[in-house]
Amino acid sequence: MGVVNHLPTRRELLVGSGALFAWSQMPGIARAEGRDPRLLVIVLRGALDGLGAVAPVGDPDWISLRGDRALVLDGKPPALPLDAFFALNPAMPNLHRLYKSGKAAIVHATATPYRERSHFDGQDVLESGLVKPGMTSSGWLNRALLALESGGRVDPRGSRALGIGSVTPLVVRGSAPVMTWVPQRLLPASEDTQNRLLDLYQHTDPKLATVLQARMKLASLGGALGTGDPMSDDPTLAPPGIARVRAYFAEAAGTAARYLAKPDGPRVGAMGFVGWDTHIAEGAASGQLYNLLGALDGAFAAIESNMGEAWRETVVAVVTEFGRTARINGTQGTDHGTGTVAFLIGGGLTGGRVIADWPGLKPAQLFEDRDLKPTTDLRAVLKGLLRDHLRVEEKVLADAVFPGSADVRPMGGLVG
Amino acid sequence: MSSSAKADSVLALHRFGMGPRPGSIAAVGTDPRGALIAELDRPLVLNAAATLPSSAKAYRTVADANARRTARAKQAQQQAKKQQVAATPTMSEDQTQGQVADKDAAEMAAKQAADAIPDPGRPIYLQEAKVRTEAALSADIGFAERLVWFWSNHFCVSANRIQSMSGAYEREAVRANALGRFVDLLLAVEGHPAMLVYLDNLGSMGANSTAGINRSSGLNENFAREIMELHTLGVRAGYTQDDVISFANVLTGWTLVPPGADPQHGGDFTFNPRLHEPGGQTVLGKRYEQEDAEQGRAVLRDLAAHPATATHVATKLARHFVADDPSPVLVEQMARTFRDTEGDLKQVAIAMVSSDEAWRGPPSKLKRPGEWVVGMVRATGITVVDPVRFTGGQELLGEALWRPSAPKGYPDDEPSWIDGVGRRLDVANNFAERITGMADPQVIIEDVFASEIAPEVKQAVSRAESRQQALALLFMSADFQRR
Repeated sequence: MGVVNHLPTRRELLVGSGALFAWSQMPGIARAEGRDPRLLVIVLRGALDGLGAVAPVGDPDWISLRGDRALVLDGKPPALPLDAFFALNPAMPNLHRLYKSGKAAIVHATATPYRERSHFDGQDVLESGLVKPGMTSSGWLNRALLALESGGRVDPRGSRALGIGSVTPLVVRGSAPVMTWVPQRLLPASEDTQNRLLDLYQHTDPKLATVLQARMKLASLGGALGTGDPMSDDPTLAPPGIARVRAYFAEAAGTAARYLAKPDGPRVGAMGFVGWDTHIAEGAASGQLYNLLGALDGAFAAIESNMGEAWRETVVAVVTEFGRTARINGTQGTDHGTGTVAFLIGGGLTGGRVIADWPGLKPAQLFEDRDLKPTTDLRAVLKGLLRDHLRVEEKVLADAVFPGSADVRPMGGLVG
Repeated sequence: MSSSAKADSVLALHRFGMGPRPGSIAAVGTDPRGALIAELDRPLVLNAAATLPSSAKAYRTVADANARRTARAKQAQQQAKKQQVAATPTMSEDQTQGQVADKDAAEMAAKQAADAIPDPGRPIYLQEAKVRTEAALSADIGFAERLVWFWSNHFCVSANRIQSMSGAYEREAVRANALGRFVDLLLAVEGHPAMLVYLDNLGSMGANSTAGINRSSGLNENFAREIMELHTLGVRAGYTQDDVISFANVLTGWTLVPPGADPQHGGDFTFNPRLHEPGGQTVLGKRYEQEDAEQGRAVLRDLAAHPATATHVATKLARHFVADDPSPVLVEQMARTFRDTEGDLKQVAIAMVSSDEAWRGPPSKLKRPGEWVVGMVRATGITVVDPVRFTGGQELLGEALWRPSAPKGYPDDEPSWIDGVGRRLDVANNFAERITGMADPQVIIEDVFASEIAPEVKQAVSRAESRQQALALLFMSADFQRR
């Protein structure tokens, strides 16, 4: 049937992408140790098929589960071997290279505590850090920042979050102030007009004043970053091909990396990429998912090269709201599922391994006889990164950042 | 008119309408509630709608163009290959490289030939956008248009999937039923080809259907899930994964006539029994034994009448029009009206503006980008737009027309949009620059807004260094941003 595969427009990607968020100062304890860590969180919205990205080629039930859509080591093109059991989608040679050099790790069969299948609730849980959806106005990344601040370890004057996009994602919302960076396309209003408007807001609408002030501050910071503008071509064109999606992923992630690399720039960021809801014609070693993973792999390369020296102290965590059905659905895609993968890359990482307590693929081993069963709580991974990379205290992580997660121990040994 | 009556008129125009325009305060008169309700009695028709193609016609037009493009590309590719064979009679050492280059050249020729046939979906989208936007710009109050916008977002499709049909979808399914009964609106949108394409139902087939057996292919849950989660009951309203699967089975066979197969009816809704899962299904504890599309319609009718739907719809309406956290009293008043009138959407809208709860409090709700842009243009009295520029602006502000990034539609809360306010300054500044010769900020304040503008704003406008700056400050003021 005449179904067109969904490729998001650049503008849509921008809306789906959210904030590059951070404070301009170094985390206090890490600074005292002579470190200057960077953390970037990338949210893949729409639910990534973890089995299509990282295949358990050593599992005896793998081929029967996915049939001719199973990634295999002798496929065309062949999947990239990670260890004796797992292999990577051939769309991701950069990730494979990073993995082989110990600068990437993959967590498999992982999930948040959410066990239903609504994208929007799932993203709520993923980004809020709470156990249930629909009851929060702040995200775990914002609260982690706040926790560091309230300990007085970071100069609060410099504390600012930075967002890319017109809609701020939940993961960075909260009491720690948010800055938004949106690529410029129109001529900006003059500094004088901005100052007058700020004065007007300060007398009439403090919330709008805060937003405008953050933007003006960011503009002064961003002056030296060059004019790399991912939106410079005509936004009114028809939906783009995958080449434009690739260009956008690389440009958006690369811009985030340039900000994070600056000596006085932000240190923690988050952004999102949409398009992973592959209900139809998902493909495997080629096709829709392959193309998107390839675009993500290009974003990884852009981050590595734009980080420069700071790459050594960088960790990037790539997460998604949940996985997809273990079996292929009736329209050569996959429906909403549960367990999936998380990618961790960066020079600061102790990688070169797939972290998984493998649940198996037999019908009885699947969650509700349909999804990859989650055996690793994603919060353990995120808590491990926040504790060991940024030095957020374990008690704060259990109480404020991921409330009610005291029994989910932070995963150790992820960063060097 | 007394000062407080003027203030009520301005609030009515901002909160329930498209914002003040020249003459609109007089149109509202001394009874804002009565004026809002009276507008709902006028027919919701679009000027120039007759010149726009139906969704099926638009779909066929695009399909025809695509078919021609494929044919041209094939011809060009074959042509290029013939020429290459003629030009390289012997094999060389660079054989592989040469073949790659030849292949690239052939593909390039194919692409050029295809690009020579433009996509007709784009001009249709722009014309639809123009007609819709101009209706909002010229409405006296714009309450009815706001309701159309609301329901269009509630039942959103994305022009990224079906650019040519997105405007026609809104006219045919949403606008035609926005002031009717919810069940009729629901049946119209879920049976509309644009929705069936958008939510992946075209190829969904029951495991035991004729097509399902022959192709060992099957079900897609997306359509059924989003109907329950987003369109009717709301998330966590008590339905289970089994309900989703049963409902998805009920909806198998809801598809459209292939556009290439039938020059008269291609792109129309059709029920294809070969895709339909045979037999009865149980959804939310009730058994549905109907044989064909009636099975799906029966489930939709029950979902429309479900009490959770009344609450879900009332909450979303109140959140959109009145406050991010609407008063529970208002929501219950609206939900009760919905239940008592079997989902009469005009009565629900009347219940909203008749409630004192809907008028309380200062204008604290942040307008969405689309409402804000239309409000800004209305204040100047402009009623004709260039759709390329207009849709480009909305896209820039994160609310591209008919292109939400997910079936949930655009959000309706301040945290989603407030960080984009800085971006609005670029748009306001740009617009102010273009209209500076024809719009006087003092006239807008005194005539259009009847001087119902904060004194600080009046002062900032009067002290501005230029008319352009004055207009930009006025458009960016909280009086324009909030309602």
